[in-house]
Formats: sequence, C-alpha cells, structure tokens
Amino acid sequence: MLYREAGDFKTSYREDGQSFPIRFDRIAVQVTLAVALLVVPFVINDYWANAVALPFLIYAIAAIGLNILVGFCGQVSLGTGGFMAVGAYATYKLMTAFPEVSIIIHVLLAGGITAGVGVLFGLPSLRIKGFYLAVATLAAQFFLVWLFNRVPWFYNHSASGQISAPERTVLGQAVTGPNAEAWVTYLFCLLFLIFAAVVARNLTRGTMGRSWMGIRDMDIAAEIIGVNPLAAKLSAFAVSSFFIGIAGALFFAVYLGAVEVGEAFGINKSFLVLFMIIIGGLGRIAGSLMGAAFLVLLPVLLKNVLVGGLGWPTDLAAHLEFMIVGGLIVTFLVAEPHGLAQLWRVGKEKLRLWPFPH
Amino acid sequence: MPDQLLFAMEVFLNGLMAGVLYALVALGFVLIFKASGIFNYAQGVMALFAALTLVGIMEGQVPFSHLINAVFGTEIHHFGWHLPAVAAILLTGVVMVALAWAVNKLIFRHLVGQEPIILFMATIGLAYFMEGLGDIMWGADIKKLDVGLPQGINAWIDETTFNAFGYGFFIDNLDIWATVIAAVLVIALTIFSQYSKQGRALRAVADDHQAALSVGISLNFIWVLVWSIAGFVALVAGIMWGTKSGVQFSLSLIALKALPVLMLGGFTSIPGAIVGGLIIGVGEKLFEFLVGPLVGGATENWFAYVLALLFLVFRPQGLFGERIIERV
Repeated sequence: MLYREAGDFKTSYREDGQSFPIRFDRIAVQVTLAVALLVVPFVINDYWANAVALPFLIYAIAAIGLNILVGFCGQVSLGTGGFMAVGAYATYKLMTAFPEVSIIIHVLLAGGITAGVGVLFGLPSLRIKGFYLAVATLAAQFFLVWLFNRVPWFYNHSASGQISAPERTVLGQAVTGPNAEAWVTYLFCLLFLIFAAVVARNLTRGTMGRSWMGIRDMDIAAEIIGVNPLAAKLSAFAVSSFFIGIAGALFFAVYLGAVEVGEAFGINKSFLVLFMIIIGGLGRIAGSLMGAAFLVLLPVLLKNVLVGGLGWPTDLAAHLEFMIVGGLIVTFLVAEPHGLAQLWRVGKEKLRLWPFPH
Repeated sequence: MPDQLLFAMEVFLNGLMAGVLYALVALGFVLIFKASGIFNYAQGVMALFAALTLVGIMEGQVPFSHLINAVFGTEIHHFGWHLPAVAAILLTGVVMVALAWAVNKLIFRHLVGQEPIILFMATIGLAYFMEGLGDIMWGADIKKLDVGLPQGINAWIDETTFNAFGYGFFIDNLDIWATVIAAVLVIALTIFSQYSKQGRALRAVADDHQAALSVGISLNFIWVLVWSIAGFVALVAGIMWGTKSGVQFSLSLIALKALPVLMLGGFTSIPGAIVGGLIIGVGEKLFEFLVGPLVGGATENWFAYVLALLFLVFRPQGLFGERIIERV
C-alpha cells in the first residue's frame, strides 16, 4: 500500500536519477541508518559486537569490494584472503611506524596499498580469462600469505610471527587494543561500511561502472564500442582491492586485534567472501550486505541451535555447517542464480501491486 | 660426481614422482572438463571422500555414527568386521558411481546451459558439501589407509646408486607404484576413449553437445559416466595420497595443487595434464632445493601458481590446450 511510485512526482533530473527513487525505500533506508547509528550503539554489548556486528560490517565491506570485481566486472578472483592480508599488514606497519597519525588515515592508506597490489595481480587479467584467471588469482592468495609468513620485516621480527594491534584512539576513544569498547568499534566499522557502500553504489552507476559491466557482459564487444579494457579491468581490480584492503585492515586492527596470517587470511576466507556475494547476489551492492549478513548469522544460529539447544558436539555442528553452506550455494545457483538480492527485488515487485495484483 | 649434483638428481627424481601424483588428480579435472565443460573444483574433495569411504568400509565403521550417537544418544561405532582391500575398493567404486549419478541428477542437469563460471562455483559448493558429508559420515580424525601397497625406501635403487655414485638415492616404493598405476590408468583411459563405443560417444559429447544428442547419444548417461570415471580417478588418487600421508582433511587440498598443473598443461589435454604434472612436481622440488633456503623455505605453497601465472601470460591456453578463438 505504501510501496508505490504513484503520486511520487520527480521534478528534476537529479531526483529522477537518485539511488532510491521510491519514497518508501528512501524512508526505510533512512530509518535503518538512523537505528544503526543512533540506537544500536547504546544497546550493543561485547557478545553482539564480536559475534555478529563486527564480522558482518567487515565482511560486508569485503563483499562489496569483491562484488565490484566479480559481479560488476566479471573477473572471478579467489585472492580475497591474500588482499585482506595486505590490508592488515599495511595497517600494522603504518600503525607501528607512524604512531602519531590517526588510524583512519592508516586504514585508508592500507586500502590504497592493497589497491596497488591488486592492480599488480590484476595485470594478467588482460591476457587470461575465465577460469584461468580465477586460478591465477590463487597465485596472489598463496604467494601473499607465504610472504607475510616468511619475511620478518612484515611482522616487525616479533617472536611469535603474529601481528597485534597497539591501542589507537579516535576522538579520545580507543578503537583498537583490549580497552576498546563495543560501541566504539561498532561505530568505527559502520562508518567505513557506509563509506564503502556509498562510494561503490555511485561508482557502479557512473561511467566506470558501465564500462565494468560492458567488460563483464562481453569484453570484445565492449572494446569495440570504445571501452578501454586495460583501464576498466585494472580500475575494477584497484577499487575492489581498495575495499578489500580496508576490510582486511579492520578485520585485523579492530575485530581480531592479533592475527596469524595463514589462519586469518587463508584460502577459506577467499571462498567465504565469494560465497557471500553468490548467495547475496552478483552485481548488487545490497546483495553484498545480505550475503554477508546471511553467512555471518548462519553459523551463529546453527551453533546456538545445535550446540546450545540440542547439545551436539561442536565438531559435528561445524561439519553440518559445511554441508549446509555448500548445499545452499548449490541450491541458490540452481534455483536463483541472482541471489538474495533478486528475491528481495521480486518481493518488492509483488509488494508494489499488493493487495490488488490484477 | 659432486654431492650437490647428486642431491639435485635425487630431488629431481622425487619431483617426478610427486608430479605423477599431481597429474593423477589433474587427470580427473581434464576428463570432466572435456566432456561437460565443467571445471570440477570438487575433484580433490572427491579424492578425500573416496579415501574416507574406503577406510570406513575396510574398518567396518558405521556411517553417520557421530550423528546417530548425537541424536539418539547411542554408542555405536563399528559393525565389527574387516573387509579385504579389494572388496572395499569395489564397494567404494559403487559409492562413487552413486555419487556421480546423484551429482548429475541433482545439480548439473539443472545447470545445463549456464555460464561456465556458474558451474565452477556450483562445484565449489559441492566441494564444501562433500567435505562436511565425508566428515559427518566417517568422522574427522586422521585415519591410516593400508591397502597393501609397499612402502618405504626402495632398497634396490638405494644399493645400485650407492655402488655407482657412492650415494644411495632415497626413492619411496610407494612413489614407484604410484607411477606405474598412473601410467596404467592413463593408457587404459586412452584406450577406452579411443576405441570403445562409450569412449567415442564421450568424445562426441565433448566436441558438440547438440550434434551428439542428435545422433542418439544420451547426454545424461555420458555425464554420469564421466563423473563416475572422475570418481574412479579420484579413488585411485585418494588411495595413493591416503597411503602416503594418512586420510585427513589436507587431502582435499591436492586439488589446489592440481590447478596450476592444469593451467600449464591446458584444461583439455590429457597429455598436458601428465606433462604439466611432471613440470610442476620437478619444478617445485628443485626450486625449494635451490632457492628455498635463500628466501626462508616453504616455497612449495606458491611456486606452482606463480610459475603457471607467468607461463599463462605468454601462452593463455596452456601447453597443449586448444587455441582460444574469440568471436563477438
């Protein structure tokens, strides 16, 4: 009833081209943002922040990044874990080398460094396509993880080979280190997610996004109509890696606090983020958020039901989780290749006509 | 001969043996890819699953015993029998065929005509599913697999080389057996695909689905056949790797080792899989031996990928792959 364009007149091009043309959508987004920014910080506690909120926010940033590369530009990458590791180690080096600079700048710089590394590993995409490229990005995954594991300079020669985040503050509140409070870390990550989502949404609506989609749909045809494949592919790698680097930086500095590279940024992380965008919806920014929420909540839910509710051993629940995730991926690909975002869209279409569909 | 050179030769030989095992896994990939255009990421997990099932059947484990115990509070583990290796291998073969049928029926029939990358992602999902399934069916602990293949240093080679060079080469009996079995498997598969009726049908399907369909070849049957053969190859690879390093989760990672092999050799070429496997096997062992100490070791994790990546930049279709022709 409320979800209508009828009566919602646009009087300028600016209004016509906005992200959420339907008033109800706009209000819904504004309300969600207001709740996320103004209500949640007051009620969040450590358990919710660490089990649900932080992983969701950080994975959502990574998923937005990967979605730009895979969903919009069509270049399948299995190197997400490696790029997240670049972001994490870049922040660590920056944080320890320039302690007086704000961590916000460090995180953004880490994103920039990751973008550079991403472009480097994106170069072969000009020659290699499809699976060959997917497999080639595994080279980035394994090489980067090995590099951070073996070269002591990256972890400042610490005895354990781990990196751990020193305490840094923003506006007088600790965001990293053991004294960081749940609501501060939550808000910090949320602001980065909002930044990532807004930038990604607007990039994909503009010239750059169109050239990415042209390359995705048919690269030769796109080239013929004047899209420069070099610029399009490398910019997709750069933007995607930028967000993934930020996600890696936050994952290390804010969420975990201390990481061991092989464990935190292994190949499984690459697959996890890839699954998020498949389940959420390839080529949809909202899909990245839904996929991340789904795959973060699912294990928590399963664990609470199976281990907490039924009293099953944890390893059994973990294996069942593997089966369920794998089964869901396949089910989604068979039933709805466009993911949760498409279901959401279909739902909205239905809602538009409800309650008089004829 | 100087010691260094002898060491290098030993490393080279061991690399060849490891390469054969990589090639064995890569072979499974090539078979499915040629016949159905599916790049089967789950091949490594299939090897793990086959090995787990084999151990489980040999030891007489009750499938899903953990799950049953957790749900009903029972305490069952084993049926209490031990099957001979041959019978267990045959039974596992039956399980793999059933699996091939189910995979085709439930997943890939519904995805006919989808983009290759979607199919690839479906196989990643399948890999996760089977990993969980294998663990739930047979338990996640590391198991010993012994089907009676000889293991340990080959005394004859050790002695002969010691007499000839004054330094005994360490070559594992199991690796020699693996090489022989892989060679037999490749020859058998080649004969099968060249001379048998089903093999020809398989190649026809690989060449052109629709044309094959129009001359009366059943696509469903061929796909089940191909997945069964891939399951069989996975079983052989699972036996080899399982005997070598125990049946455990890391077995599924051999798929990751086989990927650069495929890229080097080309996705569609059986000889390519063999040659690629040997190059990667020898290359990574020699690189680790020569350069590894200089950069901190454990280069085996990435060397194959970087080699394949550099190689692909110059030859995007691999060594023996079909030329990629792009049309708008």
